Amino acid sequence: MSIAPVNSMLDKIRSLLELVTDPEVPVLTVMDLGIIRDIRLNEDEVEILITPTYSGCPAMNTIEWDIRSILTQNGFPKIKITTVLSPAWTTDWMTEAGKQKLKAFGIAPPNPVHSVCDTKLFAEQEAVQCPRCNSFNTRLVSQFASTACKALYQCNDCSEPFDYFKCH
Amino acid sequence: MSNISLDLIGQARMLYQYAATLTGGDATEDSLAYLRNEREYKNCLLMELGKGDWARTTLRQFFFSTYQFYLYRSLQNSKDHTLAAIAEKAIKEVTYHLRWSAEWVIRLGDGTAESHQRLEKAVNDLWMYTGELTTATDYETLLSKQGIAVDPASFKDQWIQKVKEVFEEATLIVPGNVWMQIGGKAGVHTEHLGYILTELQYLQRTFPGCEW
Repeated sequence: MSIAPVNSMLDKIRSLLELVTDPEVPVLTVMDLGIIRDIRLNEDEVEILITPTYSGCPAMNTIEWDIRSILTQNGFPKIKITTVLSPAWTTDWMTEAGKQKLKAFGIAPPNPVHSVCDTKLFAEQEAVQCPRCNSFNTRLVSQFASTACKALYQCNDCSEPFDYFKCH
Repeated sequence: MSNISLDLIGQARMLYQYAATLTGGDATEDSLAYLRNEREYKNCLLMELGKGDWARTTLRQFFFSTYQFYLYRSLQNSKDHTLAAIAEKAIKEVTYHLRWSAEWVIRLGDGTAESHQRLEKAVNDLWMYTGELTTATDYETLLSKQGIAVDPASFKDQWIQKVKEVFEEATLIVPGNVWMQIGGKAGVHTEHLGYILTELQYLQRTFPGCEW
């Protein structure tokens, strides 16, 4: 296979993957999440290497089916999806565009500074910005919110509760 | 609680999938989870005990998450790359579980008279099952010598230290030496496991090989 067709195939696959969204947060694509580790073309088979976000994330199954579905329907009948555990996924892999989309959707994106990922108890929380009114005067309500990857916060200024995508 | 159990199910699935690969034949994560008999399960006794009030629930979680934290932290250095990768993933989640449960133990211990009393009762009920967490079985000793598994006795001091720190803030007394119940990791279980397996395995055993 010469270089040009391979590159255009990879581009086509990437643009198809841009259409696969997180079922929980439909504004985020799997490319925004940074879970696609690699795309490999093995003869007539396309192999997608994917790293799961949280161990028990129930959305991962749906995402795999969606990836399989969109690729097979668009000219790639043989698909292999391989899960790669290491290096472990981290919120650092989320794109800036993804973070902006989260905020627009009403979910506070993960902070760049990792100050919550240790065992210190009742630690002073990192400042999380309210996605609605942009105030930093917010408080943690619970470490676990609508899903395991999010915490529940409330804004002391506008009083609205919101989810925060935890540093991971 | 449901978020924590989701994390734990995820970790269990990764471990079961790997175990199935190593077992070979027609073993799958499902056959290991649903079709083994009680003496083939190697879980520690603490985690199969019956449910209780919030104090008992959060205390048990604290004991277990502390154990998992030190276990996974060491397992990241395993010579087995899959186990190391699973540990690297799991430790981040367990760090949250540990903070969450320890904070609850402190809130309840240093809370009202009732919450303190309930937590004290929970300590008295559960303490004798904590020794097993940091007691090595033959297979753990064997595999840790090969650099594959972690010898849980290696972090016993750290486990005790963490419990002491949190108990002090929770105004709880750490119990003295008691006889520790063991056996779960060797496949010898309490009657509680029977109820769990009945519910877990009923469907697969009644309709073998059933699918959606």
